[in-house]
Amino acid sequence: MQTNKSMRQETKQTNIAFVIGASSVGTLIEWYDFYIFGMLATIISKQFFPADAGTAALLSTLAIFAAGFIVRPFGALVFGRLGDLIGRKHTFLLTLIIMGGSTFAIGLVPGYASIGWAAPILVLILRLLQGLALGGEYGGAATYVAEHAPAGQRGFWTSWIQTTATLGLFLALGVIILIRTNEGVEKFSAEWGGWRYPFWISILLVGISVLIRMRMSESPMFTKLKTEGKIATNPLKESFGQKANFKMVLLALFGAVMGQGVVWYTGQFYAQSFIENVCKIDFIQSRNIMLVAILMATPCFVLFGWLSDKIGRKWIMLIGMLAAVLTYRPIYQQFLSISSAQSRLDKIDLTKTVSSSVKERTDSKDATKIYLIQSFDTAYTDGAVFKYTKTDTLKLDASHPSLIVSKSAKPNVVIEKTLGSSDAWSMIWLVFIQIVYVTMVYGPIAAFLVELFPTKIRYTSMSLPYHIGNGVFGGLVPFLGTLIVEFTKDSAHPSGDSLAGLWYPIGVASVSFIIGLIYLSNKIDKNIMD
Amino acid sequence: MNTIKKLLGYVWMLMAPSIILFLIYEAYDKISKATAALQSNVILQWVIILLIFTPICVGLFIFGTYASKGEYD
Repeated sequence: MQTNKSMRQETKQTNIAFVIGASSVGTLIEWYDFYIFGMLATIISKQFFPADAGTAALLSTLAIFAAGFIVRPFGALVFGRLGDLIGRKHTFLLTLIIMGGSTFAIGLVPGYASIGWAAPILVLILRLLQGLALGGEYGGAATYVAEHAPAGQRGFWTSWIQTTATLGLFLALGVIILIRTNEGVEKFSAEWGGWRYPFWISILLVGISVLIRMRMSESPMFTKLKTEGKIATNPLKESFGQKANFKMVLLALFGAVMGQGVVWYTGQFYAQSFIENVCKIDFIQSRNIMLVAILMATPCFVLFGWLSDKIGRKWIMLIGMLAAVLTYRPIYQQFLSISSAQSRLDKIDLTKTVSSSVKERTDSKDATKIYLIQSFDTAYTDGAVFKYTKTDTLKLDASHPSLIVSKSAKPNVVIEKTLGSSDAWSMIWLVFIQIVYVTMVYGPIAAFLVELFPTKIRYTSMSLPYHIGNGVFGGLVPFLGTLIVEFTKDSAHPSGDSLAGLWYPIGVASVSFIIGLIYLSNKIDKNIMD
Repeated sequence: MNTIKKLLGYVWMLMAPSIILFLIYEAYDKISKATAALQSNVILQWVIILLIFTPICVGLFIFGTYASKGEYD
C-alpha cells in the first residue's frame, strides 16, 4: 500500500517535471526570439532606417521594439480566448509557430539600402506578429503548469516558468556575444552580417520545441471542464463584462503586475542600455556584466516561488517593489561613479596611455568624403582602458580633390570603456541586486494570477493584465526612459540628467506598491479548480 | 482599513484624468518645441503614448470607482 502510494507520487513528480520542462523550453525560446530584437536595436536601426536619421532612427527602432510590447495585450485577448475555448496545449503550440516564423523572417528582410522604406515596414509587421504570439504564450504556459501542479506547491512549480524570461535573455545575449566575437565587429554589422544569425537560429530551436510540445497532453483541469461541458462560451465577455471578475483583473494590473513589469524591465533592459549608452562600457563587457549577474540571480526565482507557497505571494512581491523604488537612484548613481573618467584622474597609467597617429579613410560610397580618425587610449592602474576615437569629416571638391570644401563643425567622438576587474565586479553586483528585485516581484506572480481567476476563463483573464503590466508598462521603460532624459537636455546641459529616466519606473512601482499594500490579500487559494 | 480603501478610491479616480491632462500638456509642449526635421517623429511618439495610456487611465478610474463603492472590502 505504502509502496503504491510512493510510486504514484514518484510518477506524479516525473510527470510534472516533464510538464515544466516541455512548457519551459518553448517559453524560453519565445523569450529568446523576442529579446534578440531588443539586444540588436542599434544595428537594426542602422540597417532598416536611412543612414543619416541618427537619434530619430534609434527612436523609431525603439518604437518598433515598443510596438512589439504594446501589441501583446491584443495577443493576450486573441489567444487567451482561444485557450479557454479549445484548450491550452494547441493554443500555445500555435503561438510558438507564429513566433518562430516571424523571428526567422526578420532575419531575411533586406536592409534599407536595398529595398528602401519597405524594410522598416516589413520589420514592423513581423515585430507585431512576435508581440501577438508572445501575448498568447506566457498565459498559456503559466496556466498549463499551474493546473498540473499540486496544491501548496504552485508557487514553486510555476516559478520555473518564470525563469524562462530571464534565461531567454541570457541565451539571446550569449548567442549574440558568441557570433560577434567570432565574426568581428565589421562583418557582424554588415547588411547580411552575423547579426542575422540569431534570427535564423530561431527556426531550429522552435522546430525542436514544437516536437516536444506535440507530445504533451491537455491540462487536466481544462479536460475536466470539457468533459463536463462547462467550458466558457464567450471568455472575453465573462472575463471583462462581469464586474466580479473585471474588478479582479483591474486589481491584478494596478496592484501587482504594473509594478512588477517596470521592476523587471528596469533591472534587465534599462540597466543594460544605461551601462552601454550612458556609462559607455564596451559592447562585450557590458553584456558580460549582464550575463554574470543574470546567471547568479536566476535561482532566486525558484527560491521566492517556493517561499511564496509558505508565506504568501503578496509580501514578497511588495518588498521587491519597495526596494526597487528606494534604491534605483543610488544604484544608477553608482554606475555613473564607477565609469566616470573624472573620478579616476589619479589612477592614470602614463606608461600605457597611448594616442594613435591620424588615419585617413575615404567613404566607400562617396569619394569626396574623407574621414580623419585618431584614437586615444587612456590606461589606468586598476586595469581599465578608456578608448576615445575622434573622427573629423572633410568634404573635398569633386573637380579639385586637393581642395577642402568643408569640415565637420564638431568631431564625432566614440567612447568605449573597459573596466578593470574590481570595477566590473562592482557593476555585476549592482545589476545582481536589481535582478534579485526582479525575482521577488516576478517569481510568485504566475501563481498569484492563476489563483485569482476561475479555470474556465483563466487563460484570458490572467493574460490581459499580465501583458498590459509587462508589455505596456514594462516594455516602455527603455523607450520612455530615453525620452525623459532627452527632455532634460538643453543648451546649458547638453547631456541632460542621465538619471531622470528612472522617474518613470519609480513612479509606476510606487503607485503599484500602495495599491498592492492596501487592496491585495495574502491568502493562497489552495483549490484552483473553480 | 475599509475606510482607507474607499477614500483612496477617490484618489485613483482623480489621478486618472490628471495623468491624461498631464500627458496632453506635455505632448503639446514637446511637439511645439520640436525642430521641423524631428516633428513627425515627436508627433508619432506622443500619439502612441496618448493612445496607450488613455485606456489604462480609464481602467484606473473604474478601479477607483469600484474601490470607493467598497467592492474591495
